Amino acid sequence: MTAKPELSPEKIKEIEEYDRKIFTSDQIVRWCPGCGDYSILAQMQKTMPEICQEQGIPRENVAVVSGIGCSSRFPYYMNTYGFHSIHGRAPTFASGLKISRPELQVWVVTGDGDALSIGGNHLIHALRRNVDLKILLFNNRIYGLTKGQYSPTSEQGKKTKSTPQGSVDYPINPLSLALAAEATFVARTIDADTKHLASILKRAARHKGSAFIEIYQNCNIFNDGAFKSFADKKVRDDRTIVLEHGQPMVFGKEKDKGIRLDGLKPVVVDLANGADESSLLVHDEKTTDPTLANLLARLEEADESTPVPVGVFRALDKPTYDGLLDEQVATAQEQPNAGDMAALLAGGETWTVQ
Amino acid sequence: MVVETQASPLQDGGSGDSDPKVVDKVVIRFAGDSGDGMQITGSFFTHNSALAGNDISTLPDFPAEIRAPAGTLPGVSGFQLNFSSLQIMTPGDTPEVLVAMNPAALKVNLRDLVRGGTIILNSDTFRKNNLKKAGYTEDPRETGDLEGYNVHAVPLTSLTLEAVKDTGISHKLAGRCKNMFALGIMLWMYDRSLEATLGLMTKKFGKMEEVFEANKKALTAGYNYADTVEVFTGRFQVGKAKLVPGTYRMLMGNQAAVLGFVAGAQLAKRPLFYGSYPITPASSILEGLSNFKHFGVKTFQAEDEIAAVGSSIGAAFGGAIGLTGTSGPGVALKAEAIGLAAMTELPLIVINVQRGGPSTGLPTKTEQADLLQAMFGRNGECPVAIVAPQSPADCFTMAIEAIRIATKYMVPVMYLSDGYLANGAEPWSIPEVEDLPGIEVKNATDPEGFLPYQRDPETLARPWAIPGTPGTEHRLGGLEKQENTGNVSYDPENHQKMTLLRAEKVERIAQSIPELEVHGDPDGGDVLVLGWGSTYGSITSAVNRVRDRGGRVSSAHLRHLNPFPANIEEVLGKFKKILIPELNMGQLLFLIRARFCIEAEGLNKVQGQPFQIGEIEQKIEELL
Repeated sequence: MTAKPELSPEKIKEIEEYDRKIFTSDQIVRWCPGCGDYSILAQMQKTMPEICQEQGIPRENVAVVSGIGCSSRFPYYMNTYGFHSIHGRAPTFASGLKISRPELQVWVVTGDGDALSIGGNHLIHALRRNVDLKILLFNNRIYGLTKGQYSPTSEQGKKTKSTPQGSVDYPINPLSLALAAEATFVARTIDADTKHLASILKRAARHKGSAFIEIYQNCNIFNDGAFKSFADKKVRDDRTIVLEHGQPMVFGKEKDKGIRLDGLKPVVVDLANGADESSLLVHDEKTTDPTLANLLARLEEADESTPVPVGVFRALDKPTYDGLLDEQVATAQEQPNAGDMAALLAGGETWTVQ
Repeated sequence: MVVETQASPLQDGGSGDSDPKVVDKVVIRFAGDSGDGMQITGSFFTHNSALAGNDISTLPDFPAEIRAPAGTLPGVSGFQLNFSSLQIMTPGDTPEVLVAMNPAALKVNLRDLVRGGTIILNSDTFRKNNLKKAGYTEDPRETGDLEGYNVHAVPLTSLTLEAVKDTGISHKLAGRCKNMFALGIMLWMYDRSLEATLGLMTKKFGKMEEVFEANKKALTAGYNYADTVEVFTGRFQVGKAKLVPGTYRMLMGNQAAVLGFVAGAQLAKRPLFYGSYPITPASSILEGLSNFKHFGVKTFQAEDEIAAVGSSIGAAFGGAIGLTGTSGPGVALKAEAIGLAAMTELPLIVINVQRGGPSTGLPTKTEQADLLQAMFGRNGECPVAIVAPQSPADCFTMAIEAIRIATKYMVPVMYLSDGYLANGAEPWSIPEVEDLPGIEVKNATDPEGFLPYQRDPETLARPWAIPGTPGTEHRLGGLEKQENTGNVSYDPENHQKMTLLRAEKVERIAQSIPELEVHGDPDGGDVLVLGWGSTYGSITSAVNRVRDRGGRVSSAHLRHLNPFPANIEEVLGKFKKILIPELNMGQLLFLIRARFCIEAEGLNKVQGQPFQIGEIEQKIEELL
């Protein structure tokens, strides 16, 4: 594998001095006032110095790649290398960049329409290959940039400009899709929960391999309050559950509720009324068996009382595409004829004309 | 159609005992089932001809089906070889000798054979069942269909089984050696060295002892059979061609492209990244490049055509030579991304190995019908550079040229090969490494005053600053860019200015490409035959034939199609008539008429086959 370049003492010092400002570009942010994207951008700009310091990454080795949509304007606001590409294809540009330059840290910013509709194929394959990309999917369950059509994550029956009688499409579950595509890191967070969002960004940055993060993001213009029923601060503790590796699944403002399996069905039990904590499901993000992660990805669908999980659903160690290919190249370059142009030209059967 | 009878082996040659008759060129076609080993038979004979000092040109003809049912018409695979003591540039218009391994091979290929040509057929396969599969109601040997041909019916299968029976090889594998028996006959017929082919066989099969022994026995038995039975009355010899001294190898177009792109990236001192999705007839480039990791080449088999081009653009952003390859349907899918590469002004190269279209069209057959797609097939005003190799070996040279243009001007380059070039092969004089052109590439590294869209005053290229470089962090994207700063801009005047700059940049490439050369009369004449891409061999050969008879015809061939060479208008103006032969319905013709407002005539063929020399020759005669 390509050895990580040694950082000079000056560079280490420079990285130590990184702050939010250094990751903030001079471009005016043009999202609608009140958009959830602001919060995500702020957390990213705040967290990047910590990520760089923790991993010894200079800013010039960070690249942010996006597709098309509101969220995809993101790279313009980050003072790093950036690429605002075409609709749905961000994972392809990011894959080419990461594969050819494994030392870079490459982030992908995408939305529900970009990643799950026009770009569904690329998302699946980037995850399947385990290319070392950090993919942030801003899910607002609506098309914002085109002014309010339903998206592949909109609930059935949604009335929008393109579905005046309500949509007849069934929505897709982004986490189930990521798990089916064998993503090695799968997480979910909420734009308004800034602390949790920052912690998930850090976790993703540490992961070697494709990291998929679904961020519930409020579009206050075309789909305001889409996540209010569980993301609102007033109800969040009771309607969401924060997944923690090795911990029993407990939630609620008073930590008085838990998740237990009834056969294959998750149910909520009341710990205050004598339910036994030892009978609760224990979260395991490292198990290679996808059953638990799949179950959690659809937990809120089990019944009215099951909460929406946030946190890390899955985090597996698995060699990356870019790392494996780099190893093949490095091995091939140890051949005695590596880079020998004369041998390249004269290969195969030859004959001489006098 | 003109047939070169003086060069064909139709007359009686010398018998086995007397001296072989000398002829100056022969065209042989080997044909059989996809599984009959016709490609390897052809390539063995090619190798032998090369060692004999002939000039050579070859073309395989594959069916689109991988293994169509044995014995059927769709399953027939062919390999045509033209070898000569003169300089040749095409695989030959019409074969003079047909080796047909079964009735289907006979049926498919007979119509191409020169009237009076030689047929060697495997009589063991002319049974009721096989005849029926080939659509014959009666045995063509008995119906008079083969009258006027010199037919040799040889029980190839049974003779081969007999020849290899002591090798211990299985019956199935033994039967497969019959192609070598046929090859043995051909080697005898053309007075060839058996040792030369045995030498190659040792290299190819040497490690598989039984297989090697059986093939060796079949080859030798075929040779001895022809020598002994005295039914092959003609024995011929094709002498050495006057070739420039040097070391040669046979190169197929796609193979030449692979070597050219690897070499070009080395010359540019930049890593090569190839993103591609398998598609006929371009897949062998992906397979070929995947073997060059020891040159730092990274290949990425993408999930689709769009991912292939996207990954290549991403790699180019990262400082690599971003290469993607496909055929016409794939280019259609890549169009939006090519526009992005034009907008972000990154060095992307798109190989299009053209095939018959539209839609899925004729996947294994050749056509030149994607020129206008290369020129215009994107949204918005989106000029890109276009180059087109003119022969299989030229695929090497033009690959290096594509890298030079892409990196010097920071512009996408379309590289238009086609099915005929991809699979056709010719001898290539191996160049010395120091004779290859240098490619100087610079990356911007100075943060002082860096602006991502500040142009080089000479080439109008923007600086190529790559991630990892401190202080030159910038954002690219498909939205219109403000001049110099590269920030998003919706300003009306800026858009007009940037549109003109992108066009002007492509036009300026003409300053660094060679002038259009005239073959024939540089000062002008009656007819100029203007061609591009793979038609070079047929056009030049046709022009030479007419000129040999005193006709005032010349030719000029375009390897750069956007921009055209700077002197093209001047050249065209010197001739009374312009003829443009193309394997499409007149796409270069359209560009030439539109650009220069001149009259020109097209010769257009869309049959999935290259031009025959005779077809172009005839058209020239009409115009003279």
